[in-house]
Amino acid sequence: MMKPVFMTYTKKDLINLAVCMVLSVLVIPSFITTEYWYTSILIPWLCLALATIGQQIVMGYTGQLALGAAGFMAAGAFAMFNLILRVPDLGFVGSLIVSGLIAAAFGILFGLPSLKVRGIYLMVATLASQFFIIWMIDKFGWFKNYDSSGIITAQDIVILGKPFTTPLAMYFVCLAVTTVLTLLAMNMARGSTGRNWMAVRDMDIAAESMGVSLLRTKVQAFAISAFYCGVAGALFAFCYLKSLEPVAFDIKLSFKILFMCILGGLGTINGAFIGAAFILLFPVLLNAIGNNVFHGAIDATIISSIEQVIFGGLMIIFMIYEPLGMAKLWENIKQKWKTKFPTMNIKNLTSSIGKKS
Amino acid sequence: MVDELLFFMEVLVGGLLAGTMYSLVALGFVLIFKASATFNFSQGAMVFFSVLAFCGFMQDFNIPFVLAFIMAALLMVVVGLCTERFVLRPLMNASEDTVLMATIGLGYVLEGLAQAAWGVEVRRLDLGIGDFPVPWIADNLKLFISALDITAGLVAAIMIIGLFLLFKYTKIGLGLRAVADDAGAASSIGIPLKHIMLLVWSAAGVVALVAGCMWGARAGVQFALVDLALKALPVLIIGGFSSIPGAIIGGLIIGAVEKVLEVYIGPFFGGAIEGWAPYVLAIFFLLYRPEGLFGEKIIRRV
Repeated sequence: MMKPVFMTYTKKDLINLAVCMVLSVLVIPSFITTEYWYTSILIPWLCLALATIGQQIVMGYTGQLALGAAGFMAAGAFAMFNLILRVPDLGFVGSLIVSGLIAAAFGILFGLPSLKVRGIYLMVATLASQFFIIWMIDKFGWFKNYDSSGIITAQDIVILGKPFTTPLAMYFVCLAVTTVLTLLAMNMARGSTGRNWMAVRDMDIAAESMGVSLLRTKVQAFAISAFYCGVAGALFAFCYLKSLEPVAFDIKLSFKILFMCILGGLGTINGAFIGAAFILLFPVLLNAIGNNVFHGAIDATIISSIEQVIFGGLMIIFMIYEPLGMAKLWENIKQKWKTKFPTMNIKNLTSSIGKKS
Repeated sequence: MVDELLFFMEVLVGGLLAGTMYSLVALGFVLIFKASATFNFSQGAMVFFSVLAFCGFMQDFNIPFVLAFIMAALLMVVVGLCTERFVLRPLMNASEDTVLMATIGLGYVLEGLAQAAWGVEVRRLDLGIGDFPVPWIADNLKLFISALDITAGLVAAIMIIGLFLLFKYTKIGLGLRAVADDAGAASSIGIPLKHIMLLVWSAAGVVALVAGCMWGARAGVQFALVDLALKALPVLIIGGFSSIPGAIIGGLIIGAVEKVLEVYIGPFFGGAIEGWAPYVLAIFFLLYRPEGLFGEKIIRRV
């Protein structure tokens, strides 16, 4: 173990953070100027990665099979819309937090069955939340402010009187929220909260007999997970879709987030980002191949079917060979690299020994 | 009063018969769970895949009805073969959650393959049975009951009796039960695990094909079938995952409750509550009777 330098963070953590921040705040905005990258890739990537972190908390860390992320996202998105509409004093950030809390309330409600059941039983119970929340928003006009068209335009984002409407500005909003919540999630995962989650995941009965309250831990995981999904849903609607419609948050999105979570790597935070990037970018790549190599000879529906086959196939392959997903794959590559070039390690070792003496 | 009662009866019977459609999907699920303790999440995708292939054979290649049905059934055997070889065998010792996730992947593969091969547009499937009230029943009992519903009920009944006899009185059935009880012990006394798995997955595939034909005749052969098939999950929770009669009773309960709720309570909330009512019903069952009506009690070793 490396020695912590700042609070509980080691030098490596801080370097990683600094690299990520420099990349996302300085390098990306100065090199990428096309709007397409912001509106269709970076913004949805950040939003979906955030939702995937929510899914990770409940599935990867606490080991509860849940399939209702999109429902909580919808709850967050529509809460946001109503809060901005009806309680304008709250401001953007305040509304975002409150809409996350509203989603968390739903998370607690639909997480309660997890106290009794697990596995596919729980999955069915969480499906109820998915269908119920979407139905509720759809059928009660109040949530949609009695808009009959079905699609509502999202309000502009205004923080402290300044409008954030350009793609770059929205990217920064998403980036700020995602960074704060990711750091928070990492802290929770490393702290006693996360240890409790993992204890419940690895063996709930053993955890209980060691004094971990199952009720508290599971409900907490569901609430926090739904909070993340709610915030992600609000950002997804306001920064990416720029409109609100319940159909956008259907069961397909829940499955997508499940795939991001599993392919990215269960029980890892960086896996959420890797998985989201893969699921988002792969179809883009496939379309590019379809257009440039085959010059549109292949029908778009066939390409999307092939994409589905590949995602499903990858899921099976990962389950067989690497159940911990791409994050573990990345870890393995790093490990191989280190054993191939051991000089760097020795240098670190000697320098740390030198410091001690 | 009499009219109201008749109307209620009509709703109830309609719901019960529609419920047998869910039962048919749930049946394939139970078959696989009974023999391998695997939750096959891809059953819905198998329904979609098989019936789309059936339609494809009939409509794109002009193959006659019976031959196309046999070909689709054979195709499902091939799917079962591939699943056993490439998904289940490598995951023999994996935890049940891992296998479940792999079957979610399998579902994606099947959906994608079906759409790549046969296209995404809605196909009509004409079984020669109309989805309209049977005049004889309408005249005599004043109940409007669809012929398709009655056929589905009959088909479900035949399949259940068949499967029941198979499980209870044949050597294969005995092997199936032995494998379900303890796969390791069964294989050590010489029951060929591979063949049993292949058999079960093929049987589930054929059951999926039959269910798909019923659903396809009603709602058209389209991707939405996969979502409809998801409703087999609450059916299983209510009936119990390992019970064939449970799948039927569960389907009947779900069908009846969702229709009655939709007709009598739905209008107060703007309708479409049948989308989530089965799942909420399943939650109540989970809270009070997690093993379902007919399931074996879930015992977990620590």
